[in-house]
Amino acid sequence: MEGERRASQAPSSGLPAGGANGESPGGGAPFPGSSGSSALLQAEVLDLDEDEDDLEVFSKDASLMDMNSFSPMMPTSPLSMINQIKFEDEPDLKDLFITVDEPESHVTTIETFITYRIITKTSRGEFDSSEFEVRRRYQDFLWLKGKLEEAHPTLIIPPLPEKFIVKGMVERFNDDFIETRRKALHKFLNRIADHPTLTFNEDFKIFLTAQAWELSSHKKQGPGLLSRMGQTVRAVASSMRGVKNRPEEFMEMNNFIELFSQKINLIDKISQRIYKEEREYFDEMKEYGPIHILWSASEEDLVDTLKDVASCIDRCCKATEKRMSGLSEALLPVVHEYVLYSEMLMLPEEIGKLEDKVECANNALKADWERWKQNMQNDIKLAFTDMAEENIHYYEQCLATWESFLTSQTNLHLEEASEDKP
Amino acid sequence: MEQAPPDPERQLQPAPLEPLGSPDAGLGAAVGKEAEGAGEESSGVDTMTHNNFWLKKIEISVSEAEKRTGRNAMNMQETYTAYLIETRSVEHTDGQSVLTDSLWRRYSEFELLRSYLLVYYPHIVVPPLPEKRAEFVWHKLSADNMDPDFVERRRIGLENFLLRIASHPILCRDKIFYLFLTQEGNWKETVNETGFQLKADSRLKALNATFRVKNPDKRFTDLKHYSDELQSVISHLLRVRARVADRLYGVYKVHGNYGRVFSEWSAIEKEMGDGLQSAGHHMDVFRGYMCRYASSIDDILEDEEHYADQLKEYLFYAEALRAVCRKHELMQYDLEMAAQDLASKKQQCEELVTGTVRTFSLKGMTTKLFGQETPEQREARIKVLEEQINEGEQQLKSKNLEGREFVKNAWADIERFKEQKNRDLKEALISYAVMQISMCKKGIQVWTNAKECFSKM
Repeated sequence: MEGERRASQAPSSGLPAGGANGESPGGGAPFPGSSGSSALLQAEVLDLDEDEDDLEVFSKDASLMDMNSFSPMMPTSPLSMINQIKFEDEPDLKDLFITVDEPESHVTTIETFITYRIITKTSRGEFDSSEFEVRRRYQDFLWLKGKLEEAHPTLIIPPLPEKFIVKGMVERFNDDFIETRRKALHKFLNRIADHPTLTFNEDFKIFLTAQAWELSSHKKQGPGLLSRMGQTVRAVASSMRGVKNRPEEFMEMNNFIELFSQKINLIDKISQRIYKEEREYFDEMKEYGPIHILWSASEEDLVDTLKDVASCIDRCCKATEKRMSGLSEALLPVVHEYVLYSEMLMLPEEIGKLEDKVECANNALKADWERWKQNMQNDIKLAFTDMAEENIHYYEQCLATWESFLTSQTNLHLEEASEDKP
Repeated sequence: MEQAPPDPERQLQPAPLEPLGSPDAGLGAAVGKEAEGAGEESSGVDTMTHNNFWLKKIEISVSEAEKRTGRNAMNMQETYTAYLIETRSVEHTDGQSVLTDSLWRRYSEFELLRSYLLVYYPHIVVPPLPEKRAEFVWHKLSADNMDPDFVERRRIGLENFLLRIASHPILCRDKIFYLFLTQEGNWKETVNETGFQLKADSRLKALNATFRVKNPDKRFTDLKHYSDELQSVISHLLRVRARVADRLYGVYKVHGNYGRVFSEWSAIEKEMGDGLQSAGHHMDVFRGYMCRYASSIDDILEDEEHYADQLKEYLFYAEALRAVCRKHELMQYDLEMAAQDLASKKQQCEELVTGTVRTFSLKGMTTKLFGQETPEQREARIKVLEEQINEGEQQLKSKNLEGREFVKNAWADIERFKEQKNRDLKEALISYAVMQISMCKKGIQVWTNAKECFSKM
């Protein structure tokens, strides 16, 4: 994602370059030499049962690191990966392209479900091939999200589209719902791909490349702490509230999230409503043009004028349709994704006991938080700019249509006038 | 030539024969704006020089509407709206207009005028009145007769009605019309004194004729079909337009909601002092544009309502066309009955003379029952019949003449109407396009500005 890459490059936002400021959370300085101790501390803090797994994950990622600093036993903190991330995050160097398409229905005796085709194109060395095509179902995405939350409890993992349908749709799998979900899943994977850390996650890679049976067997390894993992971030952050010396930044973050959540939910509602109104307008307009054609059948002298009016209305109708689809492509999914984000980031009231752990989680969370905020502002800005453009384009099209009608009428008039002259 | 008997009371001078539908008696006239706030168009009418009422160019306007209370026929209190009608004569030389008459009328008086015109000018397509009750309303528009917007649109409609009459070559010369514009008191009594209600054809008679007429002029039959189609298609169009207007209103208004959200968000951004303080300002600006966008729809739809009124006039004209057709059918039916009656009498006569009895007659029956009639009696009967036949033939002749005159005159006015309709409808459709263009331009402006807000953030 354009926006995200920019964010991580901006010196003032994104991941704070550990070396730039003297602060190091609990010894978690990114200097190669000290990464070992900080990493150990981190593992303790996060109370992971699955140290092995994490190590595995990190060690593979760390293969890209400066060899001097690397110890295979230590998970590398996100902070220490900054150097190489900055490298990799150049927009021109995007090396992982993912698309989600072709939803297909599968019917078994037990259930019906939809799979989506996922195509990955990459130039990365650690992938066995440069192109992959797999089919995944929603459950698989849930699994991936869980694994990511487990592996990176301090990072903001992108949200998945809702599990269940809201507002009583009768059919579970109607076309609109599937399409909306497909778009959201596409977004989900691309967000991960664009995230400086998550993009190198091993489960992510497996998700993109493994055949169905391979994935199944991989999933079975280690039950993971799905239910607990998701709450880790929240637990850590919520413990902030109990802590006496709450860092300013987390209070700010909290406040921002609350207000943001309110606003984005409202914007989501309004945007959905606009779509609905535009759709109803479109439905009525469809009937409007043809009446003029009907009329032209009984008016000899007005046939052309009426037919022209009818065709103008029809063209405006098409322009409305296009505007609607623009809205549903650009604005609605973006806003809705941020609604999901805000739900995820809303921190429940909990009395934290993890005072010490707070210190370490601070910077990691904060870094990702800054990145997220920057992305959010860019995304929202872009989405609204798109909406404005769609509207401009719509009005320009309609304007052209009616102006050419007017010209043709005036021309006709002039023709007739000149014909009348003897 | 008028169908109305040349009664000196109604016309100061019998109108000389002249070609109907002559172009200079058309609607083309000076259109000026009234100074009064409510006033809209007024039209000057260039009248025939041999028209006795209007020696100069005149301007008619319905310039004001006022709520009044009074007592009705049953002595119950009622509220109604009165309209001020002003007539001005225009000096040709300097274009200055002088107020010559000014009086108040209510809707029911307009209705009375129209009913009168329908009776005395059955061969004319009499201009329709604006609707009595608001129809084809979309949800925001009130269906209440007292609603100021409705009253305003009705005021314009009534003015239009008067202008249509004033620019009609025949109707403009009617005395009752003249008095409508000039004599406030007693006008109702004057109209009623003409006894026009008695002269009106009964609805039942007309219906009967419609079903039973055998040979109406094909052109009128076609015209009837046309007017049915016109009415049906315009009704449909107005209904759908009202629904489209409703929906469009919804789209615009919802955008207004963005305004509030963004203004609140801008407050947050400003508080955050994130180095994005300007973002807050731009959000405010965006909010302003969204509010403006949302409220722009009110004016847009008001303009469209005028367009709808133009179409409505022709919707009601369809009924006026049908009225002329009905009159023709009635006259034709009358003619056919008279002819039939004459034929039957001739038949009877012939039978009496030749002695053969083919037709059934009461006399014949009673003769059979009570005995043969004497030759003298038969002679007497033949004589009566021959007189009746003579009379009948005269009547038939004059009815035929009347019928042909009617058809000729009616058709001339219908041709005039057709030209007027084509012009007016074309103009209305073009004005619709102009409205759309203006709406699009406004839309482009607002969204271009809105886009700029975001690009600056």
